[in-house]
Amino acid sequence: MRYLIWLFVASLILMPVASYAAEDTYGYPIPGSYEATILGTPTELTPEFPLNIPVRQLVLDVIPGRKRPPIFFYDEGLRCTFAYQKQKAPLVFLIAGAGAGDRASKLMTMMKAFYQAGFHVIILPSPSHANFIISASQSRIPGDLTEDAADLYLAMETAWKQVAGGIEVSSFNMCGYSLGATQAAFVAKLDEERKVFNFRKVLMINPSVNLYSSSMRIEELLKGIPGGPKKQGIFFNKMLSKFSEFYRYGNFVAINDDFLYSIYTERLFSREETAGLIGLTFRINLAGMIFASDVMTNSGYVVPKNRVLSATDSLSDYFLVSSHLSFFDYFNEYLFPYFQSQRPGLTKQAYIDSLSLRNIEEYLKSSDKFGVMTNANDFIVTGAELTYLQQLFGERTKIYPRGGHLGNLEYKDNLAYMVAFFKQ
Amino acid sequence: MTVSRYGTYGAILHLVLALTLAGCAATRENTLAEVPPLHSINEFGDQRYADVSDPWEGFNRSMYRFNFIFDKYIFLPVVSGYEFITPVFLQERVSGFYNNLSEVKNFTNSLFQLKGKESVVTLGRFVTNSTVGLGGLFDPATSFGLERHNQDFGKTLGYWGAGSGPYLVLPIFGPSSLRDTGGLAVDSGITYGVYTALDPFGNTGNAFAFSAGVTALDAIDARHQQSFRYYDSGYPFEYDMVRFLYHSKREIESGKPPAE
Repeated sequence: MRYLIWLFVASLILMPVASYAAEDTYGYPIPGSYEATILGTPTELTPEFPLNIPVRQLVLDVIPGRKRPPIFFYDEGLRCTFAYQKQKAPLVFLIAGAGAGDRASKLMTMMKAFYQAGFHVIILPSPSHANFIISASQSRIPGDLTEDAADLYLAMETAWKQVAGGIEVSSFNMCGYSLGATQAAFVAKLDEERKVFNFRKVLMINPSVNLYSSSMRIEELLKGIPGGPKKQGIFFNKMLSKFSEFYRYGNFVAINDDFLYSIYTERLFSREETAGLIGLTFRINLAGMIFASDVMTNSGYVVPKNRVLSATDSLSDYFLVSSHLSFFDYFNEYLFPYFQSQRPGLTKQAYIDSLSLRNIEEYLKSSDKFGVMTNANDFIVTGAELTYLQQLFGERTKIYPRGGHLGNLEYKDNLAYMVAFFKQ
Repeated sequence: MTVSRYGTYGAILHLVLALTLAGCAATRENTLAEVPPLHSINEFGDQRYADVSDPWEGFNRSMYRFNFIFDKYIFLPVVSGYEFITPVFLQERVSGFYNNLSEVKNFTNSLFQLKGKESVVTLGRFVTNSTVGLGGLFDPATSFGLERHNQDFGKTLGYWGAGSGPYLVLPIFGPSSLRDTGGLAVDSGITYGVYTALDPFGNTGNAFAFSAGVTALDAIDARHQQSFRYYDSGYPFEYDMVRFLYHSKREIESGKPPAE
């Protein structure tokens, strides 16, 4: 009986979804941008992939002689995931989004789609991921598009050297999402000078036009919570008890996909709360980046300068401190001062402008290797920035009507579009 | 996170303790004076979050690291060897067999929690899968709509109101709590009792070798089914996150439902 009531409620709530979906031919079901971002794609709407894909993880010594403090004892090199074909095939480098490592589930799905379509795949962690900062970043300070692109390029060369003996490659291609998409543009530009790969095609998925303004828009999501971003702990604890109450009253078997999906259909969290949860996730990722960079540079930003942390030291306080810092704290107190000391006379506005696709728009306009895939309701870009992308890339811009930020990445149409882009 | 189907590992436990104590003796080098950081915990007027009582954190972190090393050099190579030589079809049958055996634990604990309907479903699953499913090799019960309910004595204790106690990382078993460790001991005891009473290899003339083999395969299969890898996320606060996720998942899932 209870299940029947549930089913009834769920169908009532899903009804507007169904009618909305009928207005166009695009079948991705979640209309809200925040909800789509959190929920992603329901399992039954992602394609099936072959079980046995030859995959191995590369552990690369990108910067020989790199010293790692005891707390990062487990980090033995840059970890890249590599899937390979037996015959000669094109290769796609995948660049992860902000904070993601090489095994993020979105990347795994993309890898399977590309593998199934006959590509070799090498996945690189995001330069904002701790593993990259520790093992592949020259400055150990992530966030600068030009330097991160140079680090990525070196990582790609190292990965290619490692696997070149075992596979045959017909062409090199590149694909990145979110921050990784914006970085891909800069890597492609560097490749025009270095000419190691001569990338044939580059696909940017849900890119940010300007890192600073995108970060600002994500930070704003936390402003709607009671007390603002400084009270994220209270917010987090409140959401957690809401979550557990819901489970207790709901007669669920376990915390699984069904449970999570019914949080959505039951509208457990308000729009502000959903936005707050996305903002908080961003902060938790950012915390890992800030902490790793601070330890690697011994800057005394959140960890006392000269303190040598051991593998058994508690990090709880560092976690709380780092996750309460905003992107602007990081930018104003850490990133920009570093680059100002490297480039005397650099103004803040000039630096912000350099963190943008506009900075290399002449090149992007002149090359026909680029494509963009994004969503009309992706909140990391403004309407004006979306128009800008369309002007820049013309008909090679694919804009889906919904999906939020990366929510529809694993949807079958999107994966098919990705693969088709590189097949052309 | 906890894989609660391993056999006994007395000898390994001794080894672990010896290794840990040796680790504690190491001192750190620090020659330069420390300078306070730009941002510290004192400046925040907010609640702590994702926080779990962990008075034995030093020990737990050593154990976390030990499990990483044990996995890397012993456990995972054995599991990969198993996955390499065993066809996927056979792997699935092995998992089915052991998952079916663990329904005994699910059943006793749903009884302990006086969950009538759930006990009936679990019993139904066990009977169906043991017979039609050929001793658990296949799982027809799920397709008949009988859902699996994972239960253990730790959850039973939680259901009757026992707090989790401090967080505890066990060697090989991984993240746990004081309460759940006690629960694990009770579940293992019950399983051992059932096993001794049935004595399935009593007539083979080589009971010890058989039961050792069954136990070893159980451990390998459990690790095979568990995709978690220590430090795999690369996230510097992985220990804190795992602690939080383990704790809240257990608390939420063992919570007593409201009176209806």
